Amino acid sequence: MGYLDGFAVTFRKIFKGAGDGETLTRNYIKDEGGKRDKPVRLHGRHVLNRYEDGMEKCIGCELCAGVCPAKCIYVRGADNPVDDPVSPGERYGFVYEINYLRCIHCDLCVEACPTEAITESKLFEFSFTNRRDAIYTKDELVVGDDGRPQQLPWEDWTDIEDVEDNTSAWMRATAPGGSAEFEGIVAWAGELGYGVRDAETGQSDEGANS
Amino acid sequence: MIFGVDPLLDGGIGWPEIQVVLLKVVLAFALLMISVMFMVWFERKIHADMTNRVGPNRAGPFGLLQTLADGIKLFFKEDLIPDKADRKVFLLAPYLSLIPAFLIFTVVPVGGDFTTTEKPGVVGILGQDTLLQIADPGIGILFVLAMSSVAVYGVMLAGWGSGSKYPLLGSVRASAQMVSYEAALGLSVAAVVLMTGTLSTRDMVIVQAGEGFAGFIPNWNVIVTGVVPFVIFLIAVTAELNRPPFDLVEAEQELVGGFHTEYSSIRFALFFLAEFMNVVTMSAIIVTLFFGGPAGPQWFGVVSGTIWFVSKLLVFLFVFSWFRATLPRFRYDQLMDMGWKALIPLSLAWLLLLAGINIGRDQGWNLGLVVAVGFAGVVLGWALLARAVGNHAHRRALEEANEAR
Repeated sequence: MGYLDGFAVTFRKIFKGAGDGETLTRNYIKDEGGKRDKPVRLHGRHVLNRYEDGMEKCIGCELCAGVCPAKCIYVRGADNPVDDPVSPGERYGFVYEINYLRCIHCDLCVEACPTEAITESKLFEFSFTNRRDAIYTKDELVVGDDGRPQQLPWEDWTDIEDVEDNTSAWMRATAPGGSAEFEGIVAWAGELGYGVRDAETGQSDEGANS
Repeated sequence: MIFGVDPLLDGGIGWPEIQVVLLKVVLAFALLMISVMFMVWFERKIHADMTNRVGPNRAGPFGLLQTLADGIKLFFKEDLIPDKADRKVFLLAPYLSLIPAFLIFTVVPVGGDFTTTEKPGVVGILGQDTLLQIADPGIGILFVLAMSSVAVYGVMLAGWGSGSKYPLLGSVRASAQMVSYEAALGLSVAAVVLMTGTLSTRDMVIVQAGEGFAGFIPNWNVIVTGVVPFVIFLIAVTAELNRPPFDLVEAEQELVGGFHTEYSSIRFALFFLAEFMNVVTMSAIIVTLFFGGPAGPQWFGVVSGTIWFVSKLLVFLFVFSWFRATLPRFRYDQLMDMGWKALIPLSLAWLLLLAGINIGRDQGWNLGLVVAVGFAGVVLGWALLARAVGNHAHRRALEEANEAR
């Protein structure tokens, strides 16, 4: 019955059990095992990283703001105070704001950043209820003293144990030359709370380090 | 008698009669809205099950309130009217597709005892004898066809009034499709009218509640008219409703959202509501025309009729969801081919065949001979049509080859 076979297939699917593995989607949060594992290169909300000694990596160069296709980043640089420098360089990010109503999480800012100051975490569940909350300021973006992202009241962090360490995985999974077949050469600075991190595997070695 | 022959209105119209009518209208409206709400949920669940997904399960138990949540969300969204829109037409269009969907339901008998010979389908509400349908006009089924034609205006004007390209393309497609399939729809309804000898929906149910075949097969029109008109009606109605596999109107890959691309907020919700309400009302029409409506054994007391009606209705709601989960979308030329070259000739031929058999029965001719001659005629006509279509396709292929050279 060539034409009608499809109807039998879809009809049979109704009577499959709930947990027999045939259902491709699964419940959100509630299911056993919580949320699904995040891919290493998932683009979540940004963090502003710090060096191991607590200095901020951002030098206020505004390259991220320049490259941003959605024009969601606003940066103002300022000269470091001589007696109490914020970053190791000459200047630091005085104002740093990202408007998450505009951000498309393309990660171009991460690519543009010369000091690996801005990276993206795996946190993507932040549904704020007003426009003011959508603009993350520098105080909110910069990592805490333990090197972890700061949790804002409206952010959902139920699977934080799995993702909190992965704030710079994108950087560490691509060769400095841009090659997708990453060679494993460490070419990045240390981070507050983590030190110099190990290399992530590249795309050719999938699943080895997820 | 446009208002029909409801026994309620026999003894003049006073306050009690108005009360009953108001009660029926309000009840029908509320029930229809609620049924649409659950229809959306039902379809999403069935579709999810059939495609190995979970489906809505967050709002309320089993996600039952998902539609309500969506509705509230849409209601509070910003209502945009494009600059280039033809304002009046733009604002009018959603109502033109929603109101016919409501009106069609007014002629559907939803309950009552049709097994009795005296006062079939009549029930008592507030001490008044009345029918369980809002109106029973003598031209019931014509009214249905007329209203489903008016719905085309809703789609057409929505596309036109948007002042935008894709909605216009979508609405041109939609109206061409709806007009094409309306012919097949009307012809298959004509077959039912021919066999039952009435245009009134209530009388159709009364006829179908009559003595069936072999004691247990009911006298439903689907059998009396020989299944073919039912199949044609089902296909034509799916096309008329712009439901998958005939949803080229809103083919996302080609037309964004089709005719309702420019609509947002509550106006979009009205289109959405109309679409699903049309599924419910058209399923009700199918049940009334071909499956005896509320007719059935009186096993459950007063509500048996309604229980039969609802269970038959559910089957067709399921069938529409099943179509959606199973069939891929038609291509536009395939759609038109099927409408004009297959469904319309077939329904026309079947109508003539039924008419021939009816005349043969009246005149006392040999029924076997009539059927044989009729079928021979149908086959001959089909062969001629196939040859004509084939010839044309061949000629066009030749022309195209010539032009290419």
